[in-house]
Amino acid sequence: MPTPYDKMWNELNLDLAAHEGLLQVLGKFYGDIYLTQEGRLKGMEYLDFVLSEVHGLRIKELQEAKAQGKKVIGTFCVFVPEELSLAADAIQVGLCAGAEIGKEAAEKVLPRNTCALIKSFVGFKIARLCPYIESCDLVVGETTCDGKKKAYEIFADYAPVYVMEIPQMKQACDRDLWKAEIMRFKAELERVTGNTITAARLKEAIKLVNARRAVLQRLNRLRAVAPAPISGRDALLINQISFYDDPVRFTQKIGELCDELEQKIKAGQGVAPAATPRLMLSGCPMAVPNWKLPFVVESSGAVIVGEESCIGARNTRDLVDESGDTLEAMLEAIALRYMRIDCACFTPNTERLEHIVDMARDLKADGVIHYGLSFCQPYAIEAFKVEKALTAAGIPMLSIETDYSMEDVEQLKTRVEAFVEMLHLG
Amino acid sequence: MPSLDGPGIIGLDIGSRSIELVLLEGTQVVYQAKLPTTFDPLAQCRRLLEGLPPARIVATGYGRKLLLENLKHHRVTAITEIQAYASGAHHLYPGVRTVLDIGGQDTKAISLSEAGKVAKFEMNDRCAAGTGKFLEFMATALQVPLEDFGGFALTADRRIQINSMCTVFAESEATSLMARGERPANIALGLHLAIVQRTLAMLRRVGVVAPVLFAGGVAHNPCVQTMLEEHLGMPVIVPDQPDLVGALGAALHGGRSRRPTQTETAAAS
Ligand code: SF4
Ligand code: SF4
Repeated sequence: MPTPYDKMWNELNLDLAAHEGLLQVLGKFYGDIYLTQEGRLKGMEYLDFVLSEVHGLRIKELQEAKAQGKKVIGTFCVFVPEELSLAADAIQVGLCAGAEIGKEAAEKVLPRNTCALIKSFVGFKIARLCPYIESCDLVVGETTCDGKKKAYEIFADYAPVYVMEIPQMKQACDRDLWKAEIMRFKAELERVTGNTITAARLKEAIKLVNARRAVLQRLNRLRAVAPAPISGRDALLINQISFYDDPVRFTQKIGELCDELEQKIKAGQGVAPAATPRLMLSGCPMAVPNWKLPFVVESSGAVIVGEESCIGARNTRDLVDESGDTLEAMLEAIALRYMRIDCACFTPNTERLEHIVDMARDLKADGVIHYGLSFCQPYAIEAFKVEKALTAAGIPMLSIETDYSMEDVEQLKTRVEAFVEMLHLG
Repeated sequence: MPSLDGPGIIGLDIGSRSIELVLLEGTQVVYQAKLPTTFDPLAQCRRLLEGLPPARIVATGYGRKLLLENLKHHRVTAITEIQAYASGAHHLYPGVRTVLDIGGQDTKAISLSEAGKVAKFEMNDRCAAGTGKFLEFMATALQVPLEDFGGFALTADRRIQINSMCTVFAESEATSLMARGERPANIALGLHLAIVQRTLAMLRRVGVVAPVLFAGGVAHNPCVQTMLEEHLGMPVIVPDQPDLVGALGAALHGGRSRRPTQTETAAAS
């Protein structure tokens, strides 16, 4: 079916036939998982629209910005400081990597036992399916897990890759390294964009990104109310879309959605009865369009009230201190804020255990589902510690390891339903 | 204590290999039946239900949703096998703290609280290694009828290690052992040990507390039971009809709980 975007996609060198297949799958999936929900917020219409235009209007915006000389920076990890990109007058997009469709292409250049997220971004590139990757002037990788680290070497054959070194510990020398990496990234951005990052621009960028985090924090606070006023799926989608929508517009729209949530809460309206078991997700990020587990959970008589993940609270919990006025002070504040991210790639990573227990308590979660992608060692190993910490806090945990394929959905359902039954009848 | 009297309740356990039905009045089993699952489990369920008085149905097993969706004029609810086996085991042996269920496609290890509630569970992932399917496949490969496979393995005169748990690789391992002249009974024992090892890992993850009950179709196999007992260092209870525990548990659940089950809650939300 021809669309008004075919010319643009063609110019971006997408494989049009395969791309149309992708959009169809995505549309069907979205229809089944999202549009079947009842009593959704009016504010979700904006998200429905953005998602329906994920490869359309938003890409057009990016092309228009590029025509005016703006650069597009793609990232795969919440460690890449968006403040710097914005201060260099570039646009930063989080590349999604949540679909299985490029898997075969990826397995030509990567071992089969690589996590689905890595296979996805490599596969999308090789199969020419992602207009975001194709729009990027720079793709920023990072040395988090070994899988990603080595995959960027392969990815670099296909795209302009720049890699940031992320320390693995949080000692003083690691902070120094990270600070140096931020300075190096700043120089690279200035080179790519031809713009200088000034104190005034950086100040503005810090405020902008903080405002988006703040509105997502507000969303998280509001959804914590019982009965849950918004489904976990919808809240996840909002977090997912925050990675590629225009930050100013997004913040405003989600602010409006939060106003609506407040109304619902006042009226005592929830998406599920107050007695519905409340579950929190914890673990690997769920990138668009990876809605498999949330859908299974919310079809099993539970509601998801929070995500301890990089597409969730781990990305929005901390703000950058806004008090600095000099470039140096602001860069320092950025370095500090990002070093607080409690990714499982760090050792030791006890903050994460504390955060999970605190968050589960604050959310009054009846249980936690730990979600790991198959072959993701950092999260798989840490899951054992998470379970220990939660057990000590008296919070039951179910550990799930899966990928993007649909073949294990029935088994997942049985597990999740049994977990919900256990909480319900226990 | 809610009243358990009144009309009967049917528990139906739709597994990958067989479907079991239990009709309960109060806590008394008044009727039970079993059919192979075949390629048309729904038709098999209808055959099992034929001629029975109308009753509430609680479905469990991997085909529970099928029933929920297709027997709309009956009052059908569904619970997972994990809940069903836990309820059934607790009813048969009230002190049971650990339940192992090895069925056709799934293995489940469940730890129960003193009150008989599910405290923790583990389930094999998508692969059928270590389940009834594995034994069935290997019995065929060694040309021993499945019912006799456990007894046959117990006639082994030496223990050999089978390293692979994957059905395909284990078969080729068995074949090459046979080519080297190993006695089939010894190979059979090795295959049983492989299953037991895998099961033990699952049991240890939920924590083994005595008494342990072993249910599901594979509990008919005396070799798996013996090897489990040996490795756990404790006796393992196998009920008379180990494959009926799930259907029994489902029916009991229907009689006991009038709180909505997950599927009812899901439908309401
Ligand atoms: S989980 Fe770790 S590697 Fe992945 S996006 Fe988050 S911080 Fe980056
Ligand atoms: S999910 Fe795990 S293995 Fe995959 S990229 Fe993230 S940290 Fe690496």
